[in-house]
Amino acid sequence: MPFVILAILAALPLTGLSSYAMHLVILVVMWSVVGMAWNLLGGYCGQVSFGHAAYFGVGAYTAGILYTKMAISPWWGVPLSIPVVALFSFFLGYIVLRLRGPFFALATLASGEVMRVTAENLVDFTGGTLGIMIQERTWVEKTWYYYIILLVATVTFVLVKKLAESKLGYYFVAIREDQDAAESMGINTTLYKTLALCISGCLTGAAGAFYMNYMGYIDPNVVFALHDISIITIMIVMVGGVATYWGPVVGAVIMVLLAEWIRSIPGLGTAHYTFFGILLIIIIIFLPNGIVGDFPKLKRLLKLQKA
Amino acid sequence: MTSAQIEVLLQTLISGILLGGLYALIGLGMTLIMGVMKIINLAHGELMMVAMYIAYWMFVLFHVDPYLSVFIAAPVMFFLGVMIQKFLINPVLRVESILPENQVILTVGIGMVLSNLATMFFTSDYRSTPVGYATDALYLSDYWKSSPIELSLSVPWSVSFVFAVIITIALWFFLSKTDTGKSIRATAQDPEAALLMGVNIKLMRVITFGLGSGLVGAAGCLLLPIYYLFPALGGQFTLIAFVITILGRLGSAMGAIIGGLVLGVFESLTATYIGMGWAPVGRFVMFIACLVFLPGGVASLLRKKRFGA
Repeated sequence: MPFVILAILAALPLTGLSSYAMHLVILVVMWSVVGMAWNLLGGYCGQVSFGHAAYFGVGAYTAGILYTKMAISPWWGVPLSIPVVALFSFFLGYIVLRLRGPFFALATLASGEVMRVTAENLVDFTGGTLGIMIQERTWVEKTWYYYIILLVATVTFVLVKKLAESKLGYYFVAIREDQDAAESMGINTTLYKTLALCISGCLTGAAGAFYMNYMGYIDPNVVFALHDISIITIMIVMVGGVATYWGPVVGAVIMVLLAEWIRSIPGLGTAHYTFFGILLIIIIIFLPNGIVGDFPKLKRLLKLQKA
Repeated sequence: MTSAQIEVLLQTLISGILLGGLYALIGLGMTLIMGVMKIINLAHGELMMVAMYIAYWMFVLFHVDPYLSVFIAAPVMFFLGVMIQKFLINPVLRVESILPENQVILTVGIGMVLSNLATMFFTSDYRSTPVGYATDALYLSDYWKSSPIELSLSVPWSVSFVFAVIITIALWFFLSKTDTGKSIRATAQDPEAALLMGVNIKLMRVITFGLGSGLVGAAGCLLLPIYYLFPALGGQFTLIAFVITILGRLGSAMGAIIGGLVLGVFESLTATYIGMGWAPVGRFVMFIACLVFLPGGVASLLRKKRFGA
């Protein structure tokens, strides 16, 4: 099944889709990466982060600053953002992971905002609110951008799947279900939570670095945005399905298409957040485990896996 | 320090305390909801934004002073809060899901709808209420001719501060002297025990959410004459509210008041001595430092002192 989907996705640019359709597909794949990364930390490890924009933005700024300060291709940002974000999430995790539940949510939310305000104020380093612009785009065609993000997405998907099915994944779920019980069973909760955060952060950061290359322009209000990045990430996973492999992908397809569709309706252009909000409320009340999670057959499979 | 420097410092402290009074009111609503419901209300700032728009339109259409709008906007917000709790949050408390944070994410959704609707109906223009007394101020030298330093006290800021203090005292009376208030506090302490004592917890939760919304609505009206208004203003005040709540202690009213004052003074100091743009960073540095070094909040320091430990 995954190979069939991968083959279809790999053949997609050959069907001669318009540039706009390719743009949407690229956005869907990029958001799936961020969603899957969030899902590892939020869905499996149970640490609901409201600040994934921090990792996304640090990744994007790593690529951008490499370009402006070191004058090398921002594509180096995709691999190089991984150690940078790993270090960053390690330090951040040291502070925020000692908190639980709502406190963790608040602290992560604050961390995203701190990064935004810091990036706005460190004008010499980040360019402040002017942002960073890449003068020459690598390709005009979208095909290569698509293959690069598809590669990142494939790696993310396999990594999350392998992790979730390994011993580590069971540790994560144990921490989600009951942290004290996990601790008393001899699981080093701090270590594994940090691990989950670092992996999740790195994947998000890689997506951020790709965003810098693809869009060619970033500023603090774009990449460190609370609603446009952090909350959308949560929505993607909530709509698709928490702690499912395909949930974030389904969620990304729905969210990106929904956003584009609402934007295209005349007179409703600015209202997409109202629809997002209502969708989120409906999903939480009626489908708390998302579209994939409450899909009866998959739910049974999930239960078998957990048992 | 020269007298000019002392003047700047004192002036900064005064504006910090005045700002802190309003912050305390915003934080009180949040801390009340957090104490009773055990959830963070991430739509808190958006509720305040709605109240500010009510007060704004009352002023523009009917020339009602924003300070009088407190008595209109706060009940409206109370009602809105009751509705949100009854029809949106209570159903979610019943559904089973993997993540317990569902209710928090739900409030995010509510906040998104509110701020987006405000953008649609009122556009994203910055607005301010042109009240006649907006720039009035009292000067120290008017009262004490030979004063070595010059301090000023902005009239709208001071009036807002006084209003905030009055509302806070009224809330304290309500929570400690009335039956409903006591029931709310009992629900916050131990819902099951309160239930056994015959407290209608469901009703208390509804009232609490309404009360929290009403408080932040009142804070919005008080803030209107001294601030400007735009639909996206909510997020920033939600953040302020929870920084205050963490600074104080969760669910502690006294903590929220102290937290609000500390944050107001600290922000004012950062703005004066480091730079305007850094004030929000100062806010969060303080927040994180508080989480790491003082997890019980400022209130835990007080308790230590009381027991002499």
